[in-house]
Amino acid sequence: METKEYLEGVKEGWICVEDELVKLFAKIKKVQEKYSPFITINEDQNPKKLNKGLVFGLPISVKDNICTKGLRTTAGSKILHNYIPPFDAFVTKVLKDEGGLIIGKTAMDEFGHGTFSTNCAFCVPKNPWDTRRSCGGSSGGAACLTIALDFPHIALAESTGGSISCPASFTGTVGITPTYGRVSRWGLISYANSLDKIGVIGKCVYDVAFLLSIIAGYDEMDSTSLDLNKEDYTSYLVNEVKGMKIGVPREYLGEGVDERIKKTVWSGIKMLETLGAEVEECQLPHTDIALPSYYIIAMAETSTNLAKFCGIRYGLESRIMKEGFNEYFTKVRTRGFGEETKRRIILGTYARMTGYRNRYYLKAMKARTLVIEDFKRAFKKYDVLIAPTMPILPPKFSEIEALEPVQVYMLDILTVPPNLAGIPMISIPCGFIQGLPVGMHVMADHLEEKNILRVAYTFEQNTKYHERMPVGV
Amino acid sequence: MISKEVIRRVARIARIDLREEEIKNFTKQIQEVLNAFRTLNKVDTHDVEPSFQPIRIENVWRKDKVKAWKWDPLSNTKHKENHYFKGPRAV
Repeated sequence: METKEYLEGVKEGWICVEDELVKLFAKIKKVQEKYSPFITINEDQNPKKLNKGLVFGLPISVKDNICTKGLRTTAGSKILHNYIPPFDAFVTKVLKDEGGLIIGKTAMDEFGHGTFSTNCAFCVPKNPWDTRRSCGGSSGGAACLTIALDFPHIALAESTGGSISCPASFTGTVGITPTYGRVSRWGLISYANSLDKIGVIGKCVYDVAFLLSIIAGYDEMDSTSLDLNKEDYTSYLVNEVKGMKIGVPREYLGEGVDERIKKTVWSGIKMLETLGAEVEECQLPHTDIALPSYYIIAMAETSTNLAKFCGIRYGLESRIMKEGFNEYFTKVRTRGFGEETKRRIILGTYARMTGYRNRYYLKAMKARTLVIEDFKRAFKKYDVLIAPTMPILPPKFSEIEALEPVQVYMLDILTVPPNLAGIPMISIPCGFIQGLPVGMHVMADHLEEKNILRVAYTFEQNTKYHERMPVGV
Repeated sequence: MISKEVIRRVARIARIDLREEEIKNFTKQIQEVLNAFRTLNKVDTHDVEPSFQPIRIENVWRKDKVKAWKWDPLSNTKHKENHYFKGPRAV
C-alpha cells in the first residue's frame, strides 16, 4: 500500500493503527533478522496518544544521529552506546507533533564516517538485493529498511558528503538531500556542521517530497537555518519536463565510472529527452578539487565537533581515578571511537594545526568557493544537472575489506561536489545491472528543490523502476 | 612526508592513544590521502574568498532572553554531585 492511501485509511478510520502495529512489528523483526537495518527498535508505542496530524499513524524511522527523546541515540558509535537524549531534535519533534510513529533508530557509519555503513559499532545493514553486498552509507540502515520493509514507511536520513544519495542508489530507493539550511540541524549529532543536511529516504518521489514538506522550515535554534516560507513540495510533482533544460557534466561520466552505469544513466537521460527536455553536455571544471576540499573541511570540522565526547556528561564513561583531565579524556576517547573515526580526527586535527592551516583548511574553503561558482554558472543555463549517483554498483563486503581508506574516499567523487556546494539533490533508481539497482542523481541550484522533484517524478512515472522489489523480502 | 612522530603528536593533541601498530598504519594511510589531495595545489586561489558555509549567512541574532532548560542535563551521567558535573582533577 502506498503512503498516501495508508494515511487516508488511518484518517478515515478504515485502517486501525493498533491492529497494524502488530503486523508492522512482526515484519520489522523479520527484516531485522535478515538485513539488520536497526540499531534500536522502538516497540514502545501508544497509538491512542498519537496526535491526529499530517503523518498520523505513519511508521517513520530515524537515522541514529538524530536525537529522539527517551530513545537511545548512538550515532553508530560506542562512545554514545548508552546515550538517552533528554530532548527531541527539531525534526523528530515536528514529526511526533504530527502524529508519526517513531519505529526505531537506523544503522549508520559511526558519526557518518563511511560510505558502506561498515563502520557502525553495532550492526552492519545488508543489501536486500544481495546480502553479500553493502547498502551504502552512511545512512545505510535507513535505505535498507526502506526497500526491505513491506509496509508504508518513510526514513529520516542525513547527508554530509553523500550519505543519503549513496545508500538510495545502492538499494534502489529515492533519497532527497535538501539545500543546506532548509531543514534545522538542531538535535542532529554533528559530523561537519557546514555540510550536514537532514533529508529523507522513501520508496517513491511522492514520499520524500511529502515528508520534506513537513520537516523543512525555520528554527531559531539552528543559526544556519534559512528563514523562508513553508512549501508544499508535493505540489511540484507534475509529470511534465517539456522545455526543461538538463545539463550533463562530462566530468561525472569520465574514467572511474562503471561503463554499464554510464550506459544506464544515459538511457535515462535520453528518455527525459524524448519526453521533451532539452539535454546538453556541460562542464564543471573544478570537479577534481571538490573531493580533497570536502574531505579536508569535513575532517577538520569533525575533529572539533567530536572534541565534546570526553566521558563526563553523557555517553561512555569510566571510573575517575587519580588521573588528570587529559588522561581521563584520552582513556575514554581511545576506547569509545572506532578506527575510521580516529583516522578522521587525526587528519582533521593535522589540517588545522599551526603551519598547516593555510595550506589545507583555508585552501579547502577557497576551493569550495570555486566548486560553488561552477554550479552557479551551470545553473544559469540549466534547470537541473544529471549524473550517475555512484560510480560503482553496490560492492561485496569482501571487496570493501580490501580497500585502503583513500580508495574508499575516492568513491564519493560524484556525491561530494553537490554536497560541498550545499545544493539540493535527489537519487532515483534508473535501471538494474545484474539484478542490482543503479541510481541517477538529479541536482539543482540552491533552493530549487522543485526542479529536481519535477524531473525525478516525471522519470519515475514513465519508468516505474521504483516498483521493483528484491526477491525474498 | 608525514612521520610517525607527527602522527604521535597530533594524536596527543586530539586526546587519543594510538598503539604502535595504529601509528604505523595511520602514518602510511594519511600520507596516501594527503598525496591524493595534492590536486588542490593545482588551482590558484589567491583572489578567492573562502566559503565557510555553502550559502552565505551574516549576523544571525536572536533575543538575549534567559530561558530555563526544559530537561535535566545531568540525566546521562553518573559523574555528578549537587547539580554539578563532576570531572577529573584539573590541577
